[in-house]
Amino acid sequence: MSATIECTGLRVATTGGREVLHGVDWAVAPGEILALVGESGSGKTTAALAALGHFRAGLAHTGGTVRFAGHTESHDDLLTLPVATLRGVRGRLVSYVPQDPALSLNPVLRIGTQVAEVLTAHGWDGDVTARVREALTDVGLPGDDDFLARYPHQLSGGQQQRVGIAAAFVHRPDAVVLDEPTTGLDVTTQDLVLDTVRELVTRSGTAALYITHDLAVVAGLADRVAVMQAGEVVETGPVRGILTAPEHPYTRALIAAVPDLARVPDRDPSPAGEPVLRVRGAGKRYGGRAVLDGVDLELAAGECLMLLGESGSGKTTLARGLSGLLPLDAGELSLHGEPLATPRTWAQLRSVQYVFQSPFASLNPRRTLASSLEVPLRHLTDLDAAARRDRVADMLRQVRLGESFAHRYPGGLSGGERQRAAIARALVTAPDVLVCDEVTSALDVSVQASIVELLATVRRELGTAMLFVTHNIALAREVADRIAVLQHGRIVEQGTVEQVLADPRHDYTRELLAHTPSMTTPR
Amino acid sequence: MSPLARMILRRLAVSVLILVVVSVLIFAATLLLPGDPARAILGQQATPERVAALSEQLGLDRPAPERYLSWLGGVLTGDLGYSAATQGPVTELLGGRIGASALLLVLTALVSTPVALALGARAAVRRGTRTDSAVSGTSLVLAALPEFVIGVLLVVLFATSVLRILPSVTIARPGEPVWARPEQLVLPVLTLALVVIPYVVRMMRATLSETLDAGYVEMARLKGLPERTVLLRHAVPHTIGPVAQVIALQLAWLAGGVVVVEFLFRYPGIGQALIDAVANRDVQVVQAITLIIAAFYVLVNLAADVAGILADPRIRHSSTGGGS
Amino acid sequence: MTAATSAPAGLLRRTFRRRQARVGAALTLLVVAVALLGPVLGPLLTGYGVDDFAGRPFRAEGLAGTDDLGRDVLTRFLAGGGPVLASAVAATAIGIVGGAVLGMLAGYSGTTGSRLDPLIMRGGDVLLSFPQLVLALLAVAVLGSSGWLLVLVIGITHIPRVARVARQATLSVAGQDYVLAARMYGMPRRRILATEVLPNITGPLMVELGLRLTYSIGYVASLSFLGLGVQPPAADWGLQINENRIALTVAPWGVLLPVLAIAVLTVGTNMVTDALAKESADTTGGVA
Repeated sequence: MSATIECTGLRVATTGGREVLHGVDWAVAPGEILALVGESGSGKTTAALAALGHFRAGLAHTGGTVRFAGHTESHDDLLTLPVATLRGVRGRLVSYVPQDPALSLNPVLRIGTQVAEVLTAHGWDGDVTARVREALTDVGLPGDDDFLARYPHQLSGGQQQRVGIAAAFVHRPDAVVLDEPTTGLDVTTQDLVLDTVRELVTRSGTAALYITHDLAVVAGLADRVAVMQAGEVVETGPVRGILTAPEHPYTRALIAAVPDLARVPDRDPSPAGEPVLRVRGAGKRYGGRAVLDGVDLELAAGECLMLLGESGSGKTTLARGLSGLLPLDAGELSLHGEPLATPRTWAQLRSVQYVFQSPFASLNPRRTLASSLEVPLRHLTDLDAAARRDRVADMLRQVRLGESFAHRYPGGLSGGERQRAAIARALVTAPDVLVCDEVTSALDVSVQASIVELLATVRRELGTAMLFVTHNIALAREVADRIAVLQHGRIVEQGTVEQVLADPRHDYTRELLAHTPSMTTPR
Repeated sequence: MSPLARMILRRLAVSVLILVVVSVLIFAATLLLPGDPARAILGQQATPERVAALSEQLGLDRPAPERYLSWLGGVLTGDLGYSAATQGPVTELLGGRIGASALLLVLTALVSTPVALALGARAAVRRGTRTDSAVSGTSLVLAALPEFVIGVLLVVLFATSVLRILPSVTIARPGEPVWARPEQLVLPVLTLALVVIPYVVRMMRATLSETLDAGYVEMARLKGLPERTVLLRHAVPHTIGPVAQVIALQLAWLAGGVVVVEFLFRYPGIGQALIDAVANRDVQVVQAITLIIAAFYVLVNLAADVAGILADPRIRHSSTGGGS
Repeated sequence: MTAATSAPAGLLRRTFRRRQARVGAALTLLVVAVALLGPVLGPLLTGYGVDDFAGRPFRAEGLAGTDDLGRDVLTRFLAGGGPVLASAVAATAIGIVGGAVLGMLAGYSGTTGSRLDPLIMRGGDVLLSFPQLVLALLAVAVLGSSGWLLVLVIGITHIPRVARVARQATLSVAGQDYVLAARMYGMPRRRILATEVLPNITGPLMVELGLRLTYSIGYVASLSFLGLGVQPPAADWGLQINENRIALTVAPWGVLLPVLAIAVLTVGTNMVTDALAKESADTTGGVA
């Protein structure tokens, strides 16, 4: 079958002259989903937006063509079309589903208007409102007058994303580009959105280009995969082939880094020691809403407990409450059997340490790493300057950063290096408990794997107990001994990793497991 | 009550509160007067009888809070006090001048607003082009210049040295309305317009640029909408709130600029009256004019904020909303 | 992502890579040089002292003619830049220091939910209800005209404006995890503001510094021009314009020299400020 849209030798450079795409090829056939996979900075979005003849500000097309062959009309090269003709192609023949619907829907326009304008702009012959209702119903949204009259802020994130998809499919285009459309959605909603996309593509015979960083999503959705690295497509092929027998070393590394529930790593089980940190009846209310409601949790010496929950479950509130960053309204906290004072004593502050989600926000850009690491030592210990310096150097080595990093600023470091430094800062006071709040979610998958490995090493070498807070159940086998599942501020299930994964007791846990994409089940 | 009404009422309450504090501050100025306030207000040439009469009228033997309340009562009923320089009520002195200043303000706003909005929008739409750098560069230079520098340069250009086509000062005889000779309005209005235009241009350019960079504008283009629709439907509505604020800010700015410009052109408005009163230390006139200008400032800002609130559907429709 | 090295030095270096900033700095330095060297050079160049009678009032002949009292215009121009510059710098310093401290306190206490924030900001709103010049005029009317009073009033009226900017910048920094971390490590508030917040808001503060300096020059000169600042017989640019503007047609230099000097100075500082603002916005945009 010949391709609906085919990109050949695409080169793109910044207006400063630096080339960011070095001759990219991809092609999508009718009814097919091609996943364009890559980490941040790989150029996947730039390569995909070329399908609409669009380059973001500061980027310019320097070579290559995009050929389009639809049901009704063809163009040899979308990139050389006159502006007016290209405008006629966009939204009608090739459409786009944006990454963040909260930013891409116009907050001052009604939903109905934003979907219908695609039809009116291209002179749809037929009943516009009827088609809008149909398109909204196709993506599982109500197509009634009330819904059409709503504004974007009155919808949930999942609904907003479906509106974006409806607007992309409303003119029955021949090709559609989907730019990570499930970012920021919980796994259940993500699964529903992916099903919708799959269904629409199959039914209408649309060629779909799906941009993502998530190989697990690719496995369940795509027909073919193109893997991008640093502005080049390094490997293309059918999804099963790529995932089971990758040829390029980068693809192999990428696949190995993806956490997967189906893979059982060999890891020593941690000894179940005495409880270090214990909380009984933790509660927290914001306004009238209970964010935490009677949470009991225990963390034993040397173990890693995964606190699993989706956004809004209260997991960060709990983690911060345990770390003393946030006062809880109710609950008894104890450390080594002693109740935790408010405010905590120096020794207690030293013993429980917290690592933030984003390494881009947790380090002061105006401090060198050494200076950042010294802060907790200066305020929480009696060490003198020389002893502090030694301890900082020690710690940097421990997180594999080396002393050359001591006098560098965070601005010059990668996300992974920053997160190592942040972990070093948390460990510098030799805590008994380390609370890691979504520490991998702001990082690319390959970096994520190395941070998980670092935390495992730290645990092995220092025996620090760890509370690993995450929304991603797929990490369970790689990091944790036990799992506690948090939903609406309550612990709904608790047990060893094996117990919970093999025999989930609570409906919510079962639902999570059912909707979590896995690489071992490619289409 | 709807959240919208509640928000507007709260904003209104804040304005009233600010006005009250402003009036306290202006009243407190008299407490700082050295020596006998009645003597200071009436001036050295006043007879002791007059001074004694005013002392009694001001109730100087009464505590300050009580005096404040009676002063405020006077202001609210149209009694702005007594001018030492004219030896008459302040209201009489300011009567015609308020209209003259208002005329200057309104004419300037009418001239500058459309010009500035158009230039700012054009610069934003053509970002990075020569049009943009010409507009931005000119506003950068003009924005730096104090009012009197622009005024003097315009006088040199149009009234004295280069061309001699416009009067360099107000030529109306006392008692004659300023609009009787329209040519004398040209230079003051032009000066004020050149003072405020750069601010509005820069603000408009920044606001519209930001909107044009927004995800929904890119999305609108990727839907294949005509550029006109993209601009008029998707970008421009977002500038209503900020633009209302800019126009208000411009009027507020003019309220200050008018003082220097009226002095420069000897224009018979409240600005010149203020300078004269300050030079003569005619305290009650200064108080009255400062209060008028501050009240104008507060009201204009209130109007801008209310316009901003009304322009935002997230606030207008927040009662029906679930979602984020 | 640009590598952020030590804060203010890096920003300044990048700012002065822009041609606009270099031109602005050259214009500013030119006027500053005139103001600093003028009092010495004037008498050497023209042969007249600042208060010497040089001939018939408003005579157009000579380098720049004479003024209303027959004094040499050029001499008095060269001597008259000092008061404007000194007052403007002092007023700017008061505004920036006061505004930065109050703005940071307000912004930081805003994130902890303390009462300090609304208190400071509402107080600022009251001051913001007066045009700066009008408040200065009120002060002159009550307390009489004196140099330090005007500096103080202009400086104080800058404070709420600077505080707004400093507060906004502080709010965005104080919400960052590194400030939360510092709080977690028991760092006292003064130290958090000095070592975690202040170094990260130097960009907007330096832009404010430039902006307030430009405005201060304008206000100081305006007040002298209105006859309410520096008093005769002192040599001062604003006052000189006031004294000579009635004879603009016959002896224009008495007005034009100081007007042009003030224009070049404010345009110069504003060009540097604008370049700083662009650079500062680029940097924060890049790091975030």
